[in-house]
Amino acid sequence: MAYALQQLINGLTLGAVYGLIAIGYTMVYGIIGMINFAHGDIFMVSAFIAVTAFTLLAAFDITSLPLAITAVLITAIFFTSAYGWAVERMAYRPLRGSTRLAPLISAIGMSIFLQNMVQLTQGARVKPIPPVLEGGIEIWQSGGFTVQISWTQIMIVLITIVLMVAFTYLITQTAFGRQQRACEQDSTMTALLGINVDRTISATFMLGAALAAVAGVMVTVYYGVVDFFIGFVAGIKAFTAAVLGGIGSLPGAMLGGLIIGLIEAFWAAYLSPEYKDVATFAILILVLMFRPSGLLGRPEVEKV
Amino acid sequence: MSAVIIARHARTPAERFKDAAWVAFVALLLGIPMVGLTTVDQGGALTVQTRFGMLGAFVGVSFVGRFIFRWIIDQFRNRRAAKAAVAKVDRTPQVIKLIGWVVLGASVTMPIMFSDNRYVIDTATTVLIYVMLGWGLNVVVGLAGLLDLGYVAFYAVGAYTYALLFSHFGWTFWEALPVAGAMAATFGILLGYPILRLRGDYLAIVTLGFGEIIRVILVNWTELSNGPNGIGSIPRPTLFGLPFDRNPAEGTQTFATFFGIEFSGMHRIIFLYYLILVLALLTNVFVSRLRKLPVGRAWEALREDEIACKAMGMNVTNVKLSAFAIGAMLGGFAGVFFAARQGFISPESFTFTESATILAIVVLGGMGSQMGVVLAALVLVLLPELGRNFAEYRMLLFGTAMVLIMVWKPSGLLSSREPTIRLNKAAATGGQP
Repeated sequence: MAYALQQLINGLTLGAVYGLIAIGYTMVYGIIGMINFAHGDIFMVSAFIAVTAFTLLAAFDITSLPLAITAVLITAIFFTSAYGWAVERMAYRPLRGSTRLAPLISAIGMSIFLQNMVQLTQGARVKPIPPVLEGGIEIWQSGGFTVQISWTQIMIVLITIVLMVAFTYLITQTAFGRQQRACEQDSTMTALLGINVDRTISATFMLGAALAAVAGVMVTVYYGVVDFFIGFVAGIKAFTAAVLGGIGSLPGAMLGGLIIGLIEAFWAAYLSPEYKDVATFAILILVLMFRPSGLLGRPEVEKV
Repeated sequence: MSAVIIARHARTPAERFKDAAWVAFVALLLGIPMVGLTTVDQGGALTVQTRFGMLGAFVGVSFVGRFIFRWIIDQFRNRRAAKAAVAKVDRTPQVIKLIGWVVLGASVTMPIMFSDNRYVIDTATTVLIYVMLGWGLNVVVGLAGLLDLGYVAFYAVGAYTYALLFSHFGWTFWEALPVAGAMAATFGILLGYPILRLRGDYLAIVTLGFGEIIRVILVNWTELSNGPNGIGSIPRPTLFGLPFDRNPAEGTQTFATFFGIEFSGMHRIIFLYYLILVLALLTNVFVSRLRKLPVGRAWEALREDEIACKAMGMNVTNVKLSAFAIGAMLGGFAGVFFAARQGFISPESFTFTESATILAIVVLGGMGSQMGVVLAALVLVLLPELGRNFAEYRMLLFGTAMVLIMVWKPSGLLSSREPTIRLNKAAATGGQP
């Protein structure tokens, strides 16, 4: 029981991270209908920026924890958004309105490029950072097993909740959110009404990248190690989460992320850690077979 | 998406300068965390190292590069606008056909010209493997329009089928070839049946998942596949029972002794080259013939409009499954050849990057174009090969090439598509002259 509770906590933490990345996929898919394959690598770039920023702060002897984490978050969000914008501008915008496959190939190319760029400039070795936030609270003890929530886990969940509230407000209540949703529904009509569609799409990419940046910082703090290949697996899982929740739906992405995180944690704990990726994909296939629009997605009507 | 036509005026030098400066600024932003700063391990702890010289060079190159690039693009555009004014007969199909024959001639005579250069023939063999894989995937993606991101799974199934049949039952290459093809096709049907009703992008991600599942199983199911260590000492194919060994086993003959020529390691390399050439050409003939059969036309109809196909009473599932199975089978054949050529296989060879490369070959070549696949395979295999002298830039170059070719020609290098059937004049006008 205690063991299961611990897995629940671990799974929720992991799920929060997947959810944050999944939002980037779901928003981009919603607005231009493409799988942004390089999104996982944007997340990886952010993790590397976080490593550099933490090391830099340590070198300047800034030890105040809230200050350090805020500074790293802001730095990572700033630079990662720049990456999100640049990727869209270089690899996707020239291809708008061409065949459906072209942007996908260009995205895969971008993903390969980013991975190798980071490998070249930052080195292929795993980068460990000293623990940023240590300790936690013991919440329950039973049968010699202690259930513990670490401060890092609490921080990850709290930041995710705050971001989700802010993000929901941004999308549902502000002028930008209205423009964004309008572009999603009908970009031609939106353009006719005088809204700069290109700019809205760019902003969507930057927002997605910003959330991935937060996820990147969290993962760096949580695991303490980063390498250039983490983007691929995390990206695929997050995409699975987005599809599971219903692509195009923001709460769906978060829900999908949590479910994937939980499945992964429990599968690894009770069944077999080697096959946890297989479990994720198997669930994706099952969901798509029986509920192709995802858990919270609107069923898509095919028009002739 | 709205088509907006923007009137272009000649850019002034100031505008060009501003444009390049903006690009340089973005390069600076992107470069600071990746190029300008890096962390190095010093005595167990990371320290930050600055590389401002490199960052400066990066920004400078971006500025100058953009300036020149913009200028070339503008020149090119003006010239093309002038050219477009002159009406021209489109001879592309004939030209492509001619190039096809030239390439075929070159590939048949190539080993004779380079008969002592192992590297060239090895590279050419790799190109041909990709050409064959590209032609196989072309059935699924190019003709039937089903986006498959896990094609490498079928390649792996083929390779492992041969390796396992050999290590357990001692089957030879030629015995295993048809079985491996059938095995891969079975896997194609098994995977295809539940998922083929999914829409394009979902299908893509599920096939990607399938490819990963196969790889993870190969890594972890040690009893079956020997895990990450792979399976080694897979025998090379023989020429009608004649092996290419140096020393013949008791009472048998090798290629060299049978023809009474001196043994040379090159014989096997050249034989492998011709073998894959023949396999690839058979694939090509097979696919081109299929295209003209009802099933091939059904694939292309399906790609163009699935709803219309349903309305015409086509069994969409069966048509899709046939494309999937045939594509998988061809991938399986290529896998057997791969295993036989390498003599050793491990899950390492069947990663997602491989799937992405094959898909890139199909899409970069121009979907559905057989010649395009050849061209794209040449570009994508040779480009990293040329960069081998600075090996660490290989994949970087590969990714960049994928993006650039897509941006430059979104519909592929050879995008002109042959109509499947041409109506003759009488038929087109309803029998009236």
